[in-house]
Amino acid sequence: MKKELPCNNWPTGKNNYMLTKRIIPCLDIRDGRTVKGVNFTSIRDAGDPVELAELYAREGADELVFLDITATIEKRKTLHQLVNRIAHHINIPFTVGGGISSVEDVQILLQNGADKVSVNSAAFKNPELIDQLAKSFGSQCIVLAIDTQLEADGEWYVYLNGGRVKSQMRCIDWARQAVNAGAGEILLTSMNNDGTKKGFALDITRLLADELPVPVIASGGGGTVAHFVEVFTEAHADAALAASIFHFKELTIPELKQQLRLQGIAIR
Amino acid sequence: MELVIIQYNAGNIQSVLYALERMGQSAVVTDNPDRIRNADKVIFPGVGEASSAMQYLRERKLDSVITSLQQPVLGICLGMQLLCSYSEENDTTCLGIFSERVVKMQAPAAKAGQQIKIPQIGWNNITQLDSPLMEGIAENSYCYFVHGYYVPFGAHTIATADYIQPYSAALHKNNFYGTQFHPEKSAETGARILQNFINL
Repeated sequence: MKKELPCNNWPTGKNNYMLTKRIIPCLDIRDGRTVKGVNFTSIRDAGDPVELAELYAREGADELVFLDITATIEKRKTLHQLVNRIAHHINIPFTVGGGISSVEDVQILLQNGADKVSVNSAAFKNPELIDQLAKSFGSQCIVLAIDTQLEADGEWYVYLNGGRVKSQMRCIDWARQAVNAGAGEILLTSMNNDGTKKGFALDITRLLADELPVPVIASGGGGTVAHFVEVFTEAHADAALAASIFHFKELTIPELKQQLRLQGIAIR
Repeated sequence: MELVIIQYNAGNIQSVLYALERMGQSAVVTDNPDRIRNADKVIFPGVGEASSAMQYLRERKLDSVITSLQQPVLGICLGMQLLCSYSEENDTTCLGIFSERVVKMQAPAAKAGQQIKIPQIGWNNITQLDSPLMEGIAENSYCYFVHGYYVPFGAHTIATADYIQPYSAALHKNNFYGTQFHPEKSAETGARILQNFINL
């Protein structure tokens, strides 16, 4: 049975037949609870991760990111159990990050049901790690997280160890190098913007989104619908990540997605 | 009913198992040929690379087990691609259930602000749905895709998606079905497609 498909008369209606921009709530995890730091420092408790994750999935989140900010050796087992619980309850993809420094770390997280992992400082200190992970598990599950800050010289630099240690590497240089090594996505957090709710860092996001052949997830500063509109339309981000505005219900996911649709942005 | 998920060197086996569990459907994860042959339904998952996956299957003689199956079989993502005749990914001869070939995505010339990312990662809509597997699924429903290779239109296309150009989002021939997207990660739409497979 040969079926002829009408390739020449595809509907070309607005927002049909295209990859959508992703809205990604981020849950920072410490000792099994969700927390959100403001400017990487003070911490407030924001609830049970699995409950929140289920709520976000129901509300139409496109993916979830869990960043374990304790990441001490003793607590790893707690994280693995949490990841396994999340995997049982969540019907959308999720990424786990925080303290990952070896192929074995990733193996355990994937075995417990994580779809992707994000690596940060350990990859910077040992760039071969990205290559090893990509070869072992495929680029599609290796997200490189970069914390970056704009310095007085007008350049964005890579920061390590949760934003506490400045490196001498420019953000764009590290991103290029990591993608060449096999990183499948970049999760870009602007420390200048994180926690401010004054908007994403459009210039560095756009630089990476336009230069790199892999998706860029913009993070840090999203506070209003307009911020998400501009990070997609002006900075060309493939996805936008936010935490506290969702956790504290300042902006709900259905409300945000509806507004983005009205603005002509391709949204699931 | 015994549902078997074929165990091999692929990445999303747990996700498929958990998705079925959420639907109240138990499943057995195994690479035992007899267990696979005797199952009522078989899911052939897959996230990974084609040549190493085919090599793994051949070494364990699972290739001939899979092609001989008579019961409903669902290949997911790489699983669907391996059911095709050939993949450009490392020049790999595949299982040949579907005559279609798997080709590499090629980015068109970049326009300003229109950098096309490969692989495709994210939610895209499926259309021209034409199969019991798609029972109750609305045209333009969104599914989650992660892939850098794709199957162009062919005789067995039962759903299409569009990324760079339109291509096969799902295939069907006799007892074999395949989805390029991940039903196990595609929220309610994906759960319904898995349920449709269970109901076949």
